[in-house]
Amino acid sequence: MTEPLLRVTGLRKAFGAVVATDGLHLDVMPGEVHALIGPNGAGKTTLVAQLAGEIAPDDGRIDFAGADITRLSMHARTRRGLARSFQITSLFPRFTALENVALAVQARAGHAFRFWRPAWRDPTLLEPAHAVLARLGLDLHADRPASTLSHGEQRQLEIAVALATQPRLLLLDEPMAGLGPEDSAWMVELLGELRGEVAMLLIEHDMDAVFTLADRITVLVYGRALASGTPDAIRADPEVRRAYLGDGAEAGAEAV
Amino acid sequence: MDNGLPRLILAAILAAALLALPALVEAAGRGYWTGIATHVLIFALAAGSLNLILGFGGMVSFGHAAFLGTGAYVVGILSHHASMGIPIATWPFAIAGTESALIAWPLAMLAAGALAFVIGLISLRTGGLYFIMITLAFAQMVYFFFVSLEPYGGDDGLSMWSRSRLPGLDLGSDTQFYYVVLALVALAYFLKSRVIHSRFGVVLRGSRDNDRRMRAIGHPTRRYRLAAFTLAGAVAGLAGALIANQTEFVSPAFLHWTRSGEMLVMVILGGIGTVLGPALGATAFLLLEEVFSGWTEHWMIVLGPLLLAVVLFAKRGLWGLVSRPGEVPRD
Amino acid sequence: MLLILEQTLNGLQLGVMLFLMAAGLTLICGIMSFINLAHGSLYMVGAYVAATVAQATGSFLLGVCAALPAAGLVAMALEWSALGRLYDRDHLDQVLATFGLILFFNELVKIVWGAQPIFLDTPAWLSGSVEIVPGVPYSTYRLAIIVVGLAVALGLYLLIARTRVGMLIRAGASNRRMVSALGVDIKRLYTLIFGLGAMLAALAGVMAGPIYAVQVGMGENILILAFVVIVVGGIGSVRGALVAALLVGLVDTLGRAFLPTLLQLAFDPATANGVGASLASMTIYIFMAAILAWRPQGLFPAHG
Repeated sequence: MTEPLLRVTGLRKAFGAVVATDGLHLDVMPGEVHALIGPNGAGKTTLVAQLAGEIAPDDGRIDFAGADITRLSMHARTRRGLARSFQITSLFPRFTALENVALAVQARAGHAFRFWRPAWRDPTLLEPAHAVLARLGLDLHADRPASTLSHGEQRQLEIAVALATQPRLLLLDEPMAGLGPEDSAWMVELLGELRGEVAMLLIEHDMDAVFTLADRITVLVYGRALASGTPDAIRADPEVRRAYLGDGAEAGAEAV
Repeated sequence: MDNGLPRLILAAILAAALLALPALVEAAGRGYWTGIATHVLIFALAAGSLNLILGFGGMVSFGHAAFLGTGAYVVGILSHHASMGIPIATWPFAIAGTESALIAWPLAMLAAGALAFVIGLISLRTGGLYFIMITLAFAQMVYFFFVSLEPYGGDDGLSMWSRSRLPGLDLGSDTQFYYVVLALVALAYFLKSRVIHSRFGVVLRGSRDNDRRMRAIGHPTRRYRLAAFTLAGAVAGLAGALIANQTEFVSPAFLHWTRSGEMLVMVILGGIGTVLGPALGATAFLLLEEVFSGWTEHWMIVLGPLLLAVVLFAKRGLWGLVSRPGEVPRD
Repeated sequence: MLLILEQTLNGLQLGVMLFLMAAGLTLICGIMSFINLAHGSLYMVGAYVAATVAQATGSFLLGVCAALPAAGLVAMALEWSALGRLYDRDHLDQVLATFGLILFFNELVKIVWGAQPIFLDTPAWLSGSVEIVPGVPYSTYRLAIIVVGLAVALGLYLLIARTRVGMLIRAGASNRRMVSALGVDIKRLYTLIFGLGAMLAALAGVMAGPIYAVQVGMGENILILAFVVIVVGGIGSVRGALVAALLVGLVDTLGRAFLPTLLQLAFDPATANGVGASLASMTIYIFMAAILAWRPQGLFPAHG
């Protein structure tokens, strides 16, 4: 049996009396697309922040690729191969799309105490950056400042920047946020193409996307994993339907 | 986007004007303008160093005068000991004073850089409003340190016997000193224009625009910000060494917090985050001071509201007026 | 022992004055996210107005009564006309604009009152000294400052803890968006806080008048000390400002009084005095650095 790529054990985080993460266990296998769903307030945002290294858990541990990363800083986690995309687009608006990606390429190219040669004329940064843009169908916009891209294009660039760090696990925080149906479909297709190449932990409200993409789904309620299993198993789980889908369980289940 | 040729011509004219300046003002019978131009150049250097962290690094440091003053004091103290023939220290080993620019100026940069490193190490743990107040507070600490430094004149400051010595040159000559300053300022601006486009520079600018994302893609940004802060401090130290030489006098007034404010004003007036903006700003500020203070001793009553107006209405500074209007601000 | 008691009281006196400066400043920083360098100018304006009125009428109290509304009105006019537009702008813009205001006010005061310091006499009923413990006289006026400062602190506490305005201020300090969501006229609240802060600063300026000279630029050193207080206490926290102000006042005063003596235990007197004087002027900044190394957001962070 293979070791999980990401293993979360007994993770706990409280803000005053509010327990946002309550002894959570979670595994992501190499190459797996693992979706995390749950109603608002289930603690998804807090979990992402802890996985990414923005806030420290009160208790529990996070192992990634066989090493304990619970206390590692954000940038150190990324260097080990845990990259994230942001729920609210987080780019470098004054830089071009290409430069946005090249910054990410540069992050794994060693230290930046290099003061002389212009970075944006360096083929060792630009060529991989171009490749990533092409992969995501953004190559036509390579030279446009990120601020001038459409919302859909910015969401794609968001993924491109994360992907350019050559992650082993992509932490995708609502990649479909704010996308229209057409862009959403394109994003699902795009993420589907990445399957197998990189593992993904997908936090998403769009149930169509989740059930299309996920190999496994974990349902988060009140900071705990209520259930975990294949999409079919989750769909059939009566407890999930009761807790997650609430009063409109029947109608909701139809939609699912 | 590309207007390389006009820019090149503009640069050539600027260079020629700066090179010919001492001869021109001499011919016009206003030789003292060489001294004023030197003063402007030195502050262009200081404001330029501030712009590295402020304009390209997004760090609103309100304590830059501390580095300027430290550089000045290093030169002043070394020169004081040399002229008095008293060693600075006898234990653990003897350290003598010196008037050599080749030793004193690098030491000024080293001392100011070291100070910037320590202040940066603490201040950069925070951000935003905290950073502004903390840098201001630390600069005030350094100010009071020199005020209470009785052996070197305390509040009254310290006079130097002569300017630093440089082999083959006579820095006592205002014209020669002008050219040395011009060479250093030109070199610093050239190096800066390289640095901001280097890998270091793009990390610095990336961290200015979105530090969180920079860390999320794997850049340990704080160490680069600290490096920039240290570098800027060292260059401000060099500017301080030059100021001490020009005036042949150092005093806590160099470190007064209003000096830090003035340097911020120069950067903003010229155009934040542009390479040449701070030079333009330093020129404008010091010439305004020269002209207005000739009219009235109360010129600050004009400058104050002027600043408010610039902030409220002319966000991009003078550089924004002379460069293309309406352009998307890129670096 | 007696010297320690006296210096501790001096430290408290400096502390409460710093608190009066810092209370308004920290609210403006915390709620409007605005850095107001001109706060020191309001302290100066307060002192000058009080000195002028007191000289004309012979009454210190009338001076106080004139100074507080004067500073409050100046501040609210500034807030309403110019500074209020800068809340959403960069901190850098705010620094520049208020730096410009300092230059303006300093020059204005120079033109109106001249560059020489003017004097504000201690009112007769507060001159002299009282015996705090038998055999230890202490300046009545300084004692009065401590009492007034602590009374104001109590008043502020009641205002913030018990009134509707206070509820809004508290909400604003921890979550700005929430206040606008409550449908409050946020602009009026801001102007009000600005005026309140200015009156506190002016009160500090008036009380400082008889101890230090009333002169151009008098507000700037105390402004920077007030920044230290805010940073140590945590931006936006009035409670933090009180604790930090008293700590900073004590550390500074006791450091100046006793460091040279303490150093004499280790060095010869001349060195000890020299080094002691330098170190003493730096103690509060070293204190600030130590606090920040331990808690970068200050002792009582109001946000998050």
